[in-house]
Amino acid sequence: MDPGRFTRVDPTTWRVEPTGAMRVPAIIYADDALIAGMDDKVFEQAVNVATLPGIVGASYVMPDAHWGYGFPIGGVAAFDADRGGVVSGGGVGFDISCGVRTMLTGLTVADVLHVQESLAESLFRQIPAGLGSEGAISLDASEMDAMLAGGAQWAVERGWGAARDLERIEEGGRMAGARPDFVSDHAKERQRRETGTLGSGNHYLEVQAVVEIFDAAVAGAFGLAQDDVLVTIHCGSRGLGHQIGTEFLKEMLAAAKEAGIELPDRELACAPIHSEVGQRYLGAMRAGINCALANREVLGHYARRVFTHFFPNCDLRLLFDVSHNTCKVESHRVDGKRRDLYIHRKGATRAFGPGHESLPAALLPVGQPVLVGGSMGTGSYVLVGDATSEARAFSSACHGAGRAMSRHAALRRWSGRQIVDDLASRGILIRSPSTRGVAEEAPGAYKDVDAVVAAAERAGLARRVARLRPLICVKG
Amino acid sequence: MAVEFSAPPVERSGAWEHFPHDADVGLRGRGATPAEAFEAAAHALTAVVTDASVEPRDAVRVTCEAPDLELLFVEWLNAIIYEMAARNMLFGRFAVRIEGARLQGTLWGEPIDVARHAPACEPKGATYTALKVGRQADGAWSAACVVDV
Repeated sequence: MDPGRFTRVDPTTWRVEPTGAMRVPAIIYADDALIAGMDDKVFEQAVNVATLPGIVGASYVMPDAHWGYGFPIGGVAAFDADRGGVVSGGGVGFDISCGVRTMLTGLTVADVLHVQESLAESLFRQIPAGLGSEGAISLDASEMDAMLAGGAQWAVERGWGAARDLERIEEGGRMAGARPDFVSDHAKERQRRETGTLGSGNHYLEVQAVVEIFDAAVAGAFGLAQDDVLVTIHCGSRGLGHQIGTEFLKEMLAAAKEAGIELPDRELACAPIHSEVGQRYLGAMRAGINCALANREVLGHYARRVFTHFFPNCDLRLLFDVSHNTCKVESHRVDGKRRDLYIHRKGATRAFGPGHESLPAALLPVGQPVLVGGSMGTGSYVLVGDATSEARAFSSACHGAGRAMSRHAALRRWSGRQIVDDLASRGILIRSPSTRGVAEEAPGAYKDVDAVVAAAERAGLARRVARLRPLICVKG
Repeated sequence: MAVEFSAPPVERSGAWEHFPHDADVGLRGRGATPAEAFEAAAHALTAVVTDASVEPRDAVRVTCEAPDLELLFVEWLNAIIYEMAARNMLFGRFAVRIEGARLQGTLWGEPIDVARHAPACEPKGATYTALKVGRQADGAWSAACVVDV
């Protein structure tokens, strides 16, 4: 889009002053090339979010942003419940609590290379991936409710995880305020056999190597060293979250109308936080968060089983588990005062700086790990939340490379088979049930992740700690 | 009122297309009536998942309601997405009857065969983005929206 549509505040901050129905400014964090490459729809959607009642500060947009539905992907917005603030299903997204977890293996690249092929095959067989795959876990009604109330804690109690993981998961692995009774039977039916499945699209399990360290002190605190091997899982709340998102989108359209909220886009459907629909959505959405936390814990357990088979003394320890499609109540300083706000992050990662009360003791002095997934070919990053992040965007940072090209266009340009072969020649093994799915997720369809995280760092959202290169990628 | 279909309707081709969206997929169906456009869009939805043929072995009935034709279109696609997910099936033939605010449809399909269908990605939900149901200049009906995948 045309950078001329913004007021440039500094090299990575672009601002749209409030006009018309906008209640606050829109602020995009990006460098020149990233903002020029963004779709005009990002501008339009960021401006639309700024018109919603009770919004505080600004409608923020992260450097990896692209055209979403209602909110841009990469959008962050805070709402004050006591000033007419709203909660929006579109501001959370269909895949509630989609997120990333990274586990340390204690292995080096040299340890893994000699079993790389067979490890890839085993992970592909043991991790249910893609449409049509079924998990080994089938939940009856009472176990479904227990999972929706308990999140990763439930998985640990059932033997599908490790208790020590919990302090390394947002909310201690269990989102409070979840209301399984607000989740429809349809949503539960979609989830009945999906716990412990990866899903499809951009979801993956990767075995990665640390190829560059940017901040040795923080990397040390995170347990990361050059040539270390990590396991990263990207997935969310599967069918249950999607169904909750679908059902509440429709309800919130009616709720917004009833509350007299004028929507510039139907996809921004929302309800006042202090309303029956708003409270019901929050209860269901929090159950969806627990579903995602349980799912990633179970998948982590499956990965542990496979690694233990190859490396009997291997001990996978969780670095951190972050969610990037959520609405959470957080205390933030606004104009010198602390306020409890409903922070929507749609394709954006929470990025708490050093000293935040939610962090475990080992991370308290350095800040929260911010896990940024790239594409299959280019790699991923571990960042750390910065003290400056709260003032910049309510402690938020980017969540991935962000798509630069549609699936449609990617399919026209690349062959899945060719991508698999090209990456194999570069030492990256791809395993997927669908070569077309691989083509749609082609590395070239994504923005330059190096530029995205560099912009996030310059903008004060989060700092780079380590760059990761994939060795194995299991895609749904 | 019950709607009975004695046999699957003949599959039409060339009546649907995908259109680009940054991360997701837009789909559009066309037909002489809104019902035909909805049926064509349902083919586009299946084509998001697979290029392989889908055998019309089993029939599933769905009903939905919405205050207007555009929201009814989203409801229709979401009903198919739900049946795909809950039954682990793909659908290859569709019949739709629309009476006022109410839609009655039949989906014919088969269980997903991962080896044969090689499913590319899973539709999560139909959205209100780029949602448009209406008559085109040539008099044909068009139904379109973006589906989150």
